[in-house]
Amino acid sequence: MSNKIGVYVCHCGTNIAGTVNIPELVEFAKAQGDVVVAREYKFMCSDPGQALIQEDIQKLGLDRVVVSACSPLMHEPTFRGACEKADLNRYLFQMANIREHCSWVHVDKGAATEKAKAQLAGAIGKARYLAPLIPKKVKVNPATLIVGGGIAGIQAAIDIADSGRKVYLVEREATIGGKMAEFDKTFPTLDCAACILTPKMVQVGQHPNIELLTYADVEEGKGFVGNFEVKVRKKTRYIDEEKCTGCGICQEKCPYKTASEFEHGMMKRKAIFMPFPQAVPKVPRIDPNTCVYFKTGKCKACVKVCEPQAIDFERKDEIVDIKVGAIIMATGYKLFDAGKIAPYGYGKYPEVYNSLEFERMVSASGPTGGDIKMKSGEKPKSVAIVHCVGSRDRRHNEHCSRVCCMYALKFAHLIKERCHEATVYNFYIDMRCFGKGYEQFYQRLLDEEVRFVRGRVASVSDFALDESEKGKLVLRVEDTMVGETRRIPVDMVVLANGLEANADAAKVGRLFNISAGKDGFYIEKHPKLAPVSTATEGVYIAGACQSPKDIPDTVAQASAAAAQVLSLMSRGEIEVEAATANIHEELCSGCRVCNTMCPYSAISFDDDKHVSRVNDALCKGCGTCVAACPSSAIFAQHFTDQQIFSEIEGVLHDVRA
Amino acid sequence: MTFEPKIVGFLCNWCTYTGADLAGTARIKYAPNVRIIRIMCSGRVDPAFIVKAFAEGADGVLMGGCHPGDCHYINGNFKTFRRMPLLKRYLQQYGIDEKRFRLEWVSASEGDRFAAIVNEFTETVRALGPMQIGHEGVVAPQATEGTAKPVQDHVKHHAEPRKSVQATV
Repeated sequence: MSNKIGVYVCHCGTNIAGTVNIPELVEFAKAQGDVVVAREYKFMCSDPGQALIQEDIQKLGLDRVVVSACSPLMHEPTFRGACEKADLNRYLFQMANIREHCSWVHVDKGAATEKAKAQLAGAIGKARYLAPLIPKKVKVNPATLIVGGGIAGIQAAIDIADSGRKVYLVEREATIGGKMAEFDKTFPTLDCAACILTPKMVQVGQHPNIELLTYADVEEGKGFVGNFEVKVRKKTRYIDEEKCTGCGICQEKCPYKTASEFEHGMMKRKAIFMPFPQAVPKVPRIDPNTCVYFKTGKCKACVKVCEPQAIDFERKDEIVDIKVGAIIMATGYKLFDAGKIAPYGYGKYPEVYNSLEFERMVSASGPTGGDIKMKSGEKPKSVAIVHCVGSRDRRHNEHCSRVCCMYALKFAHLIKERCHEATVYNFYIDMRCFGKGYEQFYQRLLDEEVRFVRGRVASVSDFALDESEKGKLVLRVEDTMVGETRRIPVDMVVLANGLEANADAAKVGRLFNISAGKDGFYIEKHPKLAPVSTATEGVYIAGACQSPKDIPDTVAQASAAAAQVLSLMSRGEIEVEAATANIHEELCSGCRVCNTMCPYSAISFDDDKHVSRVNDALCKGCGTCVAACPSSAIFAQHFTDQQIFSEIEGVLHDVRA
Repeated sequence: MTFEPKIVGFLCNWCTYTGADLAGTARIKYAPNVRIIRIMCSGRVDPAFIVKAFAEGADGVLMGGCHPGDCHYINGNFKTFRRMPLLKRYLQQYGIDEKRFRLEWVSASEGDRFAAIVNEFTETVRALGPMQIGHEGVVAPQATEGTAKPVQDHVKHHAEPRKSVQATV
């Protein structure tokens, strides 16, 4: 085989050139068989760098291109595009990763250069046997699935639906709105959360292009970009949503009560209920654990008063199959369980609140109508706000939850506003007020005479050392500004819980092949340049499921994800991976080992010819069948045995020599 | 000069390769002994690749896939997992210490773990010393001529005829 391989070594500024001896690597490349040209350039991915390749393809008639630079996950598409512009098939391009896998991880220049040579020789080895492939084009289904109906899902849904395309919005709870619906005010502007959120919720509920699937879980996802098939389980509400008018009489008449989840147990709700009055859709659900009918078969008070006869105790879960072209994951976060930090006494002392409980307490629609008062009914004279509960703590979550400093300031302000006499303490490690107008808000709080104590609180207890501590909660803290341990008695403690990933985030992510990091948050394709894309094409992420973030950032990300989806939709069709498996029929013995190997059931058996066949529309190119074929009849395009063998020879060039 | 083992690493595109990328982005330093080959799924790794790497003179072979249950291709890594015990027995028969081959699950978020595995495996292989296979043919220590032949056949069987491969086998 006579090849004309062009090799291009990237300096990546000093990222590679600082550790790898580039001229030596270029000389090495020139000495390899089939290499007709080897060049170096400061930034291969830049326009002049790409032009260099294109010029050589045209002038020297290169038929293979090898770029030795960063990870192919970063710039393979860039260089493939460059080759294609010069009429070289994109599959005739090969990349050697000498940045992420070499210069960034090794210190010794000699050893790094040797490894870079091996990686490059491997790439040249593989390039020798590359074959052109033509990608297939498939139509993109113009519908979108959004998982999660918090502010991120709502924003993305509206953005996409407004363009005239169909959106399915799936929400686990009985209403959309997410965590934002529980908030009272938003920092730093002190807008009322409900005032800015509920109009958007209504808009989603009424939008002709949005199909809302609430109280529903995504059960199964398959397919690929442009053509996903998703199974959604709509859990039964025991209510016919079509008939229900949302009048709410059933709720009034229901005689049974239990603690409201939305109000964090600080209020009661009925057995048939809407989480909160502004819920969208305005359809209640029956909680079979509370409803007495499910226990005794008697009552039916709600059925008697329901004029449209929407209540149906026999109603079962419903499975909805939907087909979409793109998916946005906006599954949000969960609040850190403060009970895990026993010394803070959450769950033990009634006057220790977590942040969402306190949000409900200060909310005008909450259990106290917005009054800040203790269980005794009195207003607290002193309140402690404890920062970083479960955040920046190696025992729990290493990350900073980003929003707690600011919502703690908001709480402090609201306490000052409603209990003028109260002394408010903030116990912090560092104040992180990074957003627009945030620092100004902090300054304002300093002027409001809120007390700031720098130090992580060690414990909260009701153990009194003297008269002044009797009947109070005493915080022990090392005040690192003063350099001594202090005991501060207060009436009420509010914990600023951190944000963590949902417990089942990894499981849900797996449905669509997106991975979660160690902390459970979804991993974006690139932390800076592709923050809403994932490693799986056609699946995007928005909001706090990617990392803790405040409302402005969440909304910005949601709109960004929507823009990505719309860009995909407006293309109409996309190219799918051409690197699929193929079967040489003349070599196939018809043993059918591969049939059971394929995770996508892409291999079928032709009974007449007694051979197996790959359906390349279903094949994803994993190559599992290839490795299993005892007759070597299956070959993985772009990862053939020959190509990999040649690559092995390349990476071991110095042993072979 | 100390012996620097040469190790071939077959890493799946979605987890371990990405994890190795993360180690790079995080600038975690580790031993420069593993030369990486990217494959889409650990399920693609034909045991012949590993045999081939040893036959070419690799001192060790590292294989990385997604954690069980996390495979990008649903369950390719399970297929890999099933194949490897047999391969290990096979290697033993040719006098190749099974410790020279390691299969690890490394996720895309485990850059630090990838680095730790490379360091540890490099030291394991270093302790075992250079691979005792001559380049002219697969003649493992203590292996008789007869037993060495199937390895060559296996390699030959899977490779399209090619000058250098022919020279090897």
